[in-house]
Amino acid sequence: MLNYTIRRLLLLIPTLFGITVVTFIIVNLAPGDPVELINRGEMDARISPAAYHQMLHLYGLDDPIHVRYFTWLKRVATLDFGTSFLDHRPVTQKIIERLPATLTLNVWSLLISLVLAIPLGLYSALRQHSRFDKLGGTALYLLYSLPEFWVALLLIMFFGVKLKILPINGMQSIDARTLGFWGYWWDRFVHMILPIFCLTYGSLAFLSRFVRGSSLEVIRQDYIRTARAKGLDETRIVYTHVFRNTLIPVLTLLGLLLPALISGSIILESIFSWPGVGNLFFNAVLARDYPVVMGLSTITAVVVLISTLLADLLYAWADPRVTYR
Amino acid sequence: MMQSVQADLRAGGQADSNDASRRRGFARIVWKRMQRDYFAMAGLVVIATLFAASWLAPVIANNRPIIMSWEGRTLFPAVAQMVPFKFFVKYPQLSTLDFEDLKYDESVALMMPPVPYSPIATSLDHRLERPDQRHWMGTDELGRDVFARLLYGTGISLKVGLVATGISLVIGLFIGALAGYYGGIADIVLSRLIEIVICFPFLFLILAVIAFLPPNIYNIMIVIGITRWTEIARYARAEFVRLKAHEFTEAARALGARDMTIIFRHILPNSLAPVLVTATFGVASAVLIENSLTFLGLGIQPPAPSWGGVLASAREQDFAWWLTIFPGIAIFVTVTAYNLLGEGLRDASDPRATFRPSSR
Repeated sequence: MLNYTIRRLLLLIPTLFGITVVTFIIVNLAPGDPVELINRGEMDARISPAAYHQMLHLYGLDDPIHVRYFTWLKRVATLDFGTSFLDHRPVTQKIIERLPATLTLNVWSLLISLVLAIPLGLYSALRQHSRFDKLGGTALYLLYSLPEFWVALLLIMFFGVKLKILPINGMQSIDARTLGFWGYWWDRFVHMILPIFCLTYGSLAFLSRFVRGSSLEVIRQDYIRTARAKGLDETRIVYTHVFRNTLIPVLTLLGLLLPALISGSIILESIFSWPGVGNLFFNAVLARDYPVVMGLSTITAVVVLISTLLADLLYAWADPRVTYR
Repeated sequence: MMQSVQADLRAGGQADSNDASRRRGFARIVWKRMQRDYFAMAGLVVIATLFAASWLAPVIANNRPIIMSWEGRTLFPAVAQMVPFKFFVKYPQLSTLDFEDLKYDESVALMMPPVPYSPIATSLDHRLERPDQRHWMGTDELGRDVFARLLYGTGISLKVGLVATGISLVIGLFIGALAGYYGGIADIVLSRLIEIVICFPFLFLILAVIAFLPPNIYNIMIVIGITRWTEIARYARAEFVRLKAHEFTEAARALGARDMTIIFRHILPNSLAPVLVTATFGVASAVLIENSLTFLGLGIQPPAPSWGGVLASAREQDFAWWLTIFPGIAIFVTVTAYNLLGEGLRDASDPRATFRPSSR
């Protein structure tokens, strides 16, 4: 196990390196003049060639590409992704600011879908081929295929515009601070309802099908037959034998879902004007704010990489049957 | 001779002397098995209908007549926009005509399409009209017929889905084949490459690249194609690793076949089943991505008709429910049809397959 962990950690290095190369290549795909981009068109044709080259030199843009890559990499290694073209604030700071909003949404959504999906999946696995299993399976499948931006629009149209009972954008009302303690939290709560619903239904469908699948695997195992044979009552079998073993793959899946917690949903955050990481990324793309785009891409990619590793290690830790060489 | 050992195994050991017919035999078995899967067949029917609809679009919804009489000749301007004809039938004498005025003139327009509206002709007198007998799905904020836009959007979605998946199929097969067949250093390097691309959350990579390119249909196809090949590559790699150990590969090598011959003639055809299943899910996901990008304003640009584009215009028109409902249904139906077909194909080509989440 230790051996395996070390080997996996060593394999992280080339991948990390590759991630930075990919992001750097994308930065350099950018058409147009970087100096002009940095200055947002404030430079015009009248600028002297001398000033222009000074500018290039100032940003190190006259160096050859591999030199620029290593300069950039050196800064990235210290988590310095430069400053935003838009407001000249550090990219890292801008991202950290947006994290709480995204985390609030995604943690709640994940908790809700887990709490609902595990019993749902387990129940339909225990009653495989029952009407509940079949109808539920079809319904969840259809739910899973609904494009989330469409559902978001429909909900906004119905609850926000027609019935006017739920707010449709932002995290809180403008006057939230004046509403008093309960009023404030109530306001935050109602703002979360629609975005959380849209985030949750898809992962609920996915997770419960996943739980159902892994429970079915467990139920077919010999030790379940043994448990039945030795006369354990059904509740005991379900709770201590099926349920606990079903959780192992779910645990791994959680590791893989971790990055989504941080990167947020670009489409949903933009529809609901939710001030999260996804929205930051989307606005940066629209404004061609490359440092933010690159910073976020690199960070999320690294988070994915680490979560994948964690998921694998978690799996080995939780399931003693798994051995790694 | 050993070429389709795998096919034989899957087909329950049905032997046949001819290699090619055996491969077709596997396809036939998959097809037979799939015919029993109502969901997959429903998906297939829906997909076929969508293709037919996008092909027939110019004669279903158009402001040009199907048959018109002009300067003593009988012309077919709507038909001339359909696929084989549009490449060689040209009506230069019609190029300056305004069909919006002409289409109600029954002496000229002898036969109009059932929906006499073009997807791009605006009509400011008829903005945001509710669905009625004239505009089956209402009109948008510029008075364009929503049904016509959705109908033509079908073609765009299907085209993007297929071409993008085609690109990722080529890249994925190439990388997967090299990694799986050669192993060693090639495998280590290419597997890292796959891992690197997988690390980027899916819209992040696409948006980061799209940000630098002019948003047109070709760039959308290319970007989706070059970012979504990893799963295909992984399946192809796994198949190649498995099949290169089979006797038929050894036999081919013993006969002196070159690597490329073994890869393309012997292993590739046998490895296609799981790869094509993944590609079918890939079409669903490419359609969804195209429409999401267009919805966000970074995909197909107006006035070109796209489902996501109609949905985007619905964002500004709070009460125009028809701008939300219909394109959403179109996306949902298409994505679901491809997913059902993918699942059907998977179950039919590999009976041992268990649940794997379909693409989204």
